[in-house]
Amino acid sequence: MAKLVILGGGVSGHTTATFAAKWLGSEHEVIVVTPNSQWNWIPSNIWVGVGQMKKEEVTFDLAPVYKKAGITFIQAKATEIHPEGSDTIEKAFVTVESTSSGSEGEVTTVEYDYLVNATGPKLNFGATEGLGKGSELGEHTVSVCTAGHAVHANDKLKEAIEKMKSGVRQKILVGTGHGLCTCQGAAFEYIFNVEHELNKAGVRDMADIKWISNESFLGDFGMGGLHMKSMGFAVSSKIFAESLFTERGIPWIVGAHVNKVEEGKVHYELLDGEMGEEEFDFAMLIPPFTGVDLKAIAKDGSDISDTMFAPNKFMKVDAKYGVTDYNQWKASDWPSTYQSSAYKNIFAPGIAFAPPHPISKPMKSPNGTVITPAPPRTGMPAGIIGKAVAHSVCDLITKGEDAELHKISMADMGAACVASTGKGIFDGTAAAMTVYPVIPDFDKYPGTGRDTNHTFGEIGLAGHWIKHILHHMFIYKAKLKPGWTLIPE
Amino acid sequence: MALKEERNIRAYTQNFGTMTPGAFQKKLRTCVIFQFIRFIVINIKMLIVVGKSH
Repeated sequence: MAKLVILGGGVSGHTTATFAAKWLGSEHEVIVVTPNSQWNWIPSNIWVGVGQMKKEEVTFDLAPVYKKAGITFIQAKATEIHPEGSDTIEKAFVTVESTSSGSEGEVTTVEYDYLVNATGPKLNFGATEGLGKGSELGEHTVSVCTAGHAVHANDKLKEAIEKMKSGVRQKILVGTGHGLCTCQGAAFEYIFNVEHELNKAGVRDMADIKWISNESFLGDFGMGGLHMKSMGFAVSSKIFAESLFTERGIPWIVGAHVNKVEEGKVHYELLDGEMGEEEFDFAMLIPPFTGVDLKAIAKDGSDISDTMFAPNKFMKVDAKYGVTDYNQWKASDWPSTYQSSAYKNIFAPGIAFAPPHPISKPMKSPNGTVITPAPPRTGMPAGIIGKAVAHSVCDLITKGEDAELHKISMADMGAACVASTGKGIFDGTAAAMTVYPVIPDFDKYPGTGRDTNHTFGEIGLAGHWIKHILHHMFIYKAKLKPGWTLIPE
Repeated sequence: MALKEERNIRAYTQNFGTMTPGAFQKKLRTCVIFQFIRFIVINIKMLIVVGKSH
């Protein structure tokens, strides 16, 4: 009997665990170690953040789902990987610290034959002074990165709306809280939902809404922008995004590294080296991501974290690292098996793998401050990669160590994204977009780097309906309800 | 007098170089019949991208 341990129960880890459990059956053991007792459909946190959904509608308890699937569930956070075992333990193992009520802080070990590191990101609020400490959100701004954060964001938004109703003008700032952030799309969706809510509340004219982000141009989205087919043109996402902001009367600050947050004010540096300040009454700023605090320890007890992890703490896999010149970047730099470069029985799908480099062109201010969006790896790519890794691990277990690994690169993978504005069936609109491939391939698609036959964007009610369907469909799938395997990632 | 849809554009400011939808385009965005057709089209387009990605 082989033992497969999966660290993390997010989109990627949950996908790997559930498919592996289904394919391996009861002959082998699948264990999920995750600090969270609940699964969260993160895209709908945006609706929680404006009060259109309750936390309970975007989360569910993992324990009963894993029990049904025959998966062993350990509520704990992994702190160390011992890929060679130790003096006292022969097999490879991970050290975990319980986060379960009643046993918090208890340290145990979990042995494995195969390990999948799907720990996702650490929300690194502490990278920006005043944004927070470590992974804890600070007191000056709000976030929608977790369902709990989104509930808090809605509470603060409602307070701001009440002030506007009583005649007090409010400044609203939404965007990224550091020069190296990713997930601009979440902030993008949130700012339009906030604007929609203010319109509904009849106080839009009492708010000054502004966007701030580390993108060098509006519509970069951490993907170097994209061109989408629209009205017979290949339209840049810059035009697309600027149009949406202009239509709603929202000005923007781009190329900004927020370097300090204090009560009611952010300080930032721009790509041209200029320093600026922006006041706010309500601000939602996405933090930068790093890998979680996970160490790798060799059999002799020495720290080999540098061997297994990149400096940003994401796990090094089969990517081509070290290509720093943007003009030398190739689509083939990106990994396809997500197998650890150090240990063949370890994989890192989803956000946990170290990307070879950003997708957006790296940029620095004259002061040397790097202001470049990190590459997005969330949502659809995370799910697809998680399933491919499940395939690979199951084949290694059932067919032997020489089994061929399943390959899927983000350079051969598309992504679908729906950014809503409001939640109603007949009011509000959404931007429905697809991009193919996620990583631009300028050799295959000279010019835009992408296949414009399959990269498009459209605004309308239809996107709303799709977002509603995706919400219910993916929660249904994650709960392993009948037919769940038929729903694509 | 400027059309309602164009009121947010300011000459030689950051939004002077973009495009803005007219009244007909905005009506199409919320026209249920048109959007139902687009719903089918977008779903097909997304399914093709999903199919190419697996």
